[in-house]
Amino acid sequence: MNFTFSVEGGDFTNAGAASSHVKKMMKQLGVDNGIIKRTVVALYEAEVNIVAHAYNGQIVVDIEEDKIYIKLEDEGPGIPDISQAMQKGYSTASPKVREMGFGAGMGLPNMKANADILNVVSEVNKGTVVEITNFFNAQ
Amino acid sequence: MEEFHHALKFKYELCIGCSHCTGVCPTAAIHVQNGKPILDPNRCIDCGRCYLSCPVNAIYIDQDDFKTIYNYKYPVLLVPSFFSAQFQERISNKAILSAFYHLGFKKVYEVERSVNLLKEKYNEMNENEDTDKPIISSFCPAIVRLIQVKYPSLVSNISRIKPPLDLTALFIKKSLTNEGIPSEDIGIFYVTPCAAKIAAIKSPVGEDKSVIDGVINMNYMYNKVLRTIKQGEYKLVEDEDDFHTLSNESILFALTTGEVRLLDRGRNLAIDEVHNVSDFLEKLENEDIDNIDFLELRACDESCAGGILCAGNRFLIAERQRKRVTKNKPIVQTDQMSDYVDYLNENMTVGPVLPRSMDKLDDDISIAMRKMKKSFEINAHLPQVDCRICGYQTCKELANAIVNQNADLNQCVFIQRTLEQSDKLTTTEAIKVTKKVWGDKKIDKNTLKNLNLE
Repeated sequence: MNFTFSVEGGDFTNAGAASSHVKKMMKQLGVDNGIIKRTVVALYEAEVNIVAHAYNGQIVVDIEEDKIYIKLEDEGPGIPDISQAMQKGYSTASPKVREMGFGAGMGLPNMKANADILNVVSEVNKGTVVEITNFFNAQ
Repeated sequence: MEEFHHALKFKYELCIGCSHCTGVCPTAAIHVQNGKPILDPNRCIDCGRCYLSCPVNAIYIDQDDFKTIYNYKYPVLLVPSFFSAQFQERISNKAILSAFYHLGFKKVYEVERSVNLLKEKYNEMNENEDTDKPIISSFCPAIVRLIQVKYPSLVSNISRIKPPLDLTALFIKKSLTNEGIPSEDIGIFYVTPCAAKIAAIKSPVGEDKSVIDGVINMNYMYNKVLRTIKQGEYKLVEDEDDFHTLSNESILFALTTGEVRLLDRGRNLAIDEVHNVSDFLEKLENEDIDNIDFLELRACDESCAGGILCAGNRFLIAERQRKRVTKNKPIVQTDQMSDYVDYLNENMTVGPVLPRSMDKLDDDISIAMRKMKKSFEINAHLPQVDCRICGYQTCKELANAIVNQNADLNQCVFIQRTLEQSDKLTTTEAIKVTKKVWGDKKIDKNTLKNLNLE
């Protein structure tokens, strides 16, 4: 089953719509609560990343009997060094941003911790593609 | 799955089939069939919104027969502190207490007298690094059930501390038996402000059996006490003993922020009214909100002062409770509860609360998948008016009922019209379908004969 959501950069008030929808579907399927939680955390994090950094983006959700696959594609500044961004605590945020409690460098590591498979591909000044796959049979 | 006990019941002979109850239910537990509401016992959380919405009082709260108090030689009454706040100010506590004695009770206690003991436990729990945060209060049984059925991923956040009712009841039982009263003679009766408390006593969550022997509805007790007082046939007690000796925190416990005010540290939040709570839990599940330590969640607006069985206006009851605080001269409780601290501490927690998700479309995930696909497809063709003429709360609920083979697509009046236009459904057939949902009376062609439209 496929679903598509569009995300607008800067629209924080509507961030979380996709994760909310995905959560409802997984509940209807009777997926384990822990797996629902992981998926929602990873997706929410990714969704907010688009809102915070990109101009706009699209989320495609493909939910099957045994797994959920989510692809988030955005047009935006991109990530110059993904392996660095994957490290806990690494952040490009300015001190000013950090002072406000943002940019703790937990975004991608948090996504990784909550996804069975995480793929991130990015091109600077073009955009980022994040793919999250979670399996329904707990490992 | 073990069935929930429900205290909410329908009087079908009074029901006019208006479906207001279907509309207000926070878990969409009621649908209409043959002109009458049908309750899904696995979804109902006993919050009582339906009871309040019914225009003809066709919903009632099942209670124990009052006469059962006479089965015990030593019937004891446990009454929430706000019971007295329902009465006009000129009715004294002495009179209320006297009426209770007149009705046959040997001893009367206010439920919240164990709150002082709970305070320490609450703070201990809130400052424990190992607990799942936010901790969600287990005080309101309707909220516990709401989380079980609708937000199952949050069950591990529910506090395991017993509510004051259970602790006070344990104390009473223990202290009275220690005084030499045989255990089998003691009957503990609780005056309840809501249906959820009854359900929690009859089928406790996280516990085998409740210590409460019987439940009496608050409005019933209010009537009985007021009548006794008005008829003046009771013997006025000389002093109140320790009937009204609660601390300020205990008096305010059942009102909104009553639990939050017990906590010394942390970020703690109080939310009342079941739909408000639902909205918040929805967000919490999405991890939208973090860094909260404790959540006090209550199903009724103004918490227990707004209990569906309270007599009188919830704002006035809450106001009188707060007023009691300003006049309160907290007396050191003389009831030796402090002698039982160790015993009560040992018995202060219950087992874990288990999830019982209502959303699952099927136990088999591939069948659930198929049903979900179908349901989305059907829902896309429904008008999204949520008019309830199909008998279900929303178009989405109808779609789910169809895939579970509990309903037909042509129960939707918009679908009927669409099919009639293309001659796929005759008017006679459409009427038959509508009558299946609403019964014969609502669209009986003869009823209009007597209506003069000129």
